[in-house]
Amino acid sequence: MVPSVAVLLAWMIVPLVMTVWFSFQRYNLIDPSMTGFAGIDNYRFLVTDPDFWVSLENTLLLVGSVLIVTVGLGTLLAVLFNQPFPGRNIARVLAISPFFVMPTVSALIWKNLLMHPIYGVFGTLASSVGMQPVDWFADYPLASVIAIVSWEWLPFALLILLTAVQSLDHEQREAARMDGAGPIAQFVFITLPHLSRAIGVVIMIETIFLLTVFAEIFVTTSGGPGNATTNLAFLIYARALLQYDIGGASAGGVVAIVLANIVAFFLVRSIARRLEI
Amino acid sequence: MATLTLRDLRKSYGSFEVIKGVDLAIADREFVVFVGPSGCGKSTLLRMIAGLEEITAGELDIDGKVVNRVGPADRGLAMVFQSYALYPHMTVRQNMGFALRLARVPKAERDRKVNEAARVLQLEPYLDRRPKDLSGGQRQRVAIGRAIVRQPKVFLFDEPLSNLDAALRGQMRMELLRLHEALKATMIYVTHDQIEAMTMADKIVVLQAGRVEQVGSPLDLYHHPANLFVAGFIGSPRMNMMPVTAAVVGDAAVTVGLVSGQQIAVPASGGATRPGDALTLGIRPEGLHIDPAGPILVTVSLVERLGGLTLLHVKAAGDQDLTVQIEGGDPTRAHEQIRLAIDPAACHLFDKAGQALPRPARHTLAA
Ligand SMILES: Nc1ncnc2c1ncn2[C@@H]1O[C@H](COP(=O)(O)OP(=O)(O)OP(=O)(O)O)[C@@H](O)[C@H]1O
Ligand SMILES: [Mg+2]
Repeated sequence: MVPSVAVLLAWMIVPLVMTVWFSFQRYNLIDPSMTGFAGIDNYRFLVTDPDFWVSLENTLLLVGSVLIVTVGLGTLLAVLFNQPFPGRNIARVLAISPFFVMPTVSALIWKNLLMHPIYGVFGTLASSVGMQPVDWFADYPLASVIAIVSWEWLPFALLILLTAVQSLDHEQREAARMDGAGPIAQFVFITLPHLSRAIGVVIMIETIFLLTVFAEIFVTTSGGPGNATTNLAFLIYARALLQYDIGGASAGGVVAIVLANIVAFFLVRSIARRLEI
Repeated sequence: MATLTLRDLRKSYGSFEVIKGVDLAIADREFVVFVGPSGCGKSTLLRMIAGLEEITAGELDIDGKVVNRVGPADRGLAMVFQSYALYPHMTVRQNMGFALRLARVPKAERDRKVNEAARVLQLEPYLDRRPKDLSGGQRQRVAIGRAIVRQPKVFLFDEPLSNLDAALRGQMRMELLRLHEALKATMIYVTHDQIEAMTMADKIVVLQAGRVEQVGSPLDLYHHPANLFVAGFIGSPRMNMMPVTAAVVGDAAVTVGLVSGQQIAVPASGGATRPGDALTLGIRPEGLHIDPAGPILVTVSLVERLGGLTLLHVKAAGDQDLTVQIEGGDPTRAHEQIRLAIDPAACHLFDKAGQALPRPARHTLAA
């Protein structure tokens, strides 16, 4: 027991402590002369930097929007895919398949093959009906990133929710039918409460990953135009490897950890309460 | 008021016919029990009546109106499922009031009806609990309460007691009968429990492979089974069946020869039977007696002593297994040889096609 716990503790604590340590240090990769204790300077620079607040806002917008899209659409699709219709199995496989595409690859596909105003499918479609093609990443940068990330995460939500829908006791639904519940009432009063636990799980897992979305932004917009698509993860990257400011990046990292923990705390609490039902 | 008429009702899944033409009339306030072996289509027939399963062909009337195309909620029926199918996230009160809530019944009236049903079913202390915090019997009562609250014309039950232990099942049986009397409703009840069928039914419908084998009162089926299947299915322990040969055929009695050579004159009308035809003689375990002068010599293979009853499992000539039921205790032991007498009036005869030869004397209790 003791050795394994010790290894685990070291495994988690060492990087954490180092991050916290660096966040109080003057540490710039291109200026070795800048050393020593910085106090809370790194944090002061961070919170007074407008980029930081924008990135925080972008992070929350990204997480929130993707959650709404994937959970909402995922629930509807799960209920739909639970109805018998011809070709249902193929439709299910198709709907799940984006899950198997790497984030970098899917971002590249969306950027160059779908959303590109000249070569992209959307642009071609728009021109073919006589409309002006939209330059998605220039005009709606954050919405475009949200669309890509939602596309990547919808299969996950669908997969979990479909399994949950399938586990609904069909006699329960029939009892509701006998009680006079139409399709909508059945969905609201029977299916949705049954799914609440699965929805909680989807939200929790997705949130953890969505707080750290990076590859999609890096590949498509590099955080721009300006800081329109810079989230916290990208900001930290930019600080550390574009501006070589390890101290500032570490401070951002600590903020990210705190943020993730706050979110996790609330989620775990609300889901734990659900699980009691 | 609720009468049901089933006219040549059929159900197919693809090319596989599950219900093969059922005709049945159910009177107002009747307690009808569907019995039959597993997979014979009892649940399917019940679900067709409920509207949960589409009717492939035939006609279903409720109170004289064809309801084939009417949805389950609008047929005026309530169903109690085998798994209870309670809504797990709702309290007992919400479960019972759900149908009324959907029907936009005002809250005050809803509460009144739910409380009334809870009082009848002794569920008052549990109204604010969720189903998972209830015992099996309590859940069962909530499921019944959910049906009662809607004040349906017809109650449908699909093996509602099969998840309960024996003692609770006996108690719920009484409660259901009490409810049937109090609610003055028509009830259709699916079971494969003999005792439930015999004790609760006004009318038993015996189904086999999607067809009605016989309809009648419990004692009707017990004393006048129409065919071999019903004779073997109704009654526990099962009726003994022995191959016999017709010797003398008359309108009031048919004399048959047993394998052992003895002859018995059974009161039954021979009809088209000819002397020499192979028949089957059915005799219930209580129709056989130990009698030192009896015609059948058997070896006892097993004795079951139930206290009030003793069951002897014996082997007769031709490796024929028979069961004998004796009132009270009996000193007979396994491996003894004994002689049995047959009560001719308790015998049933079945022709080669398995149809019963009519018995002229009706049993006094069989309507
Ligand atoms: N959806 C379905 N598709 C195909 N066949 C079905 C379907 N539902 C039921 N069946 C078949 O119909 C027959 C009757 O089923 P049903 O459930 O009515 O039997 P049951 O008499 O209620 O049996 P049990 O006593 O075991 O509950 C069975 O042979 C079953 O396999
Ligand atoms: Mg069944």
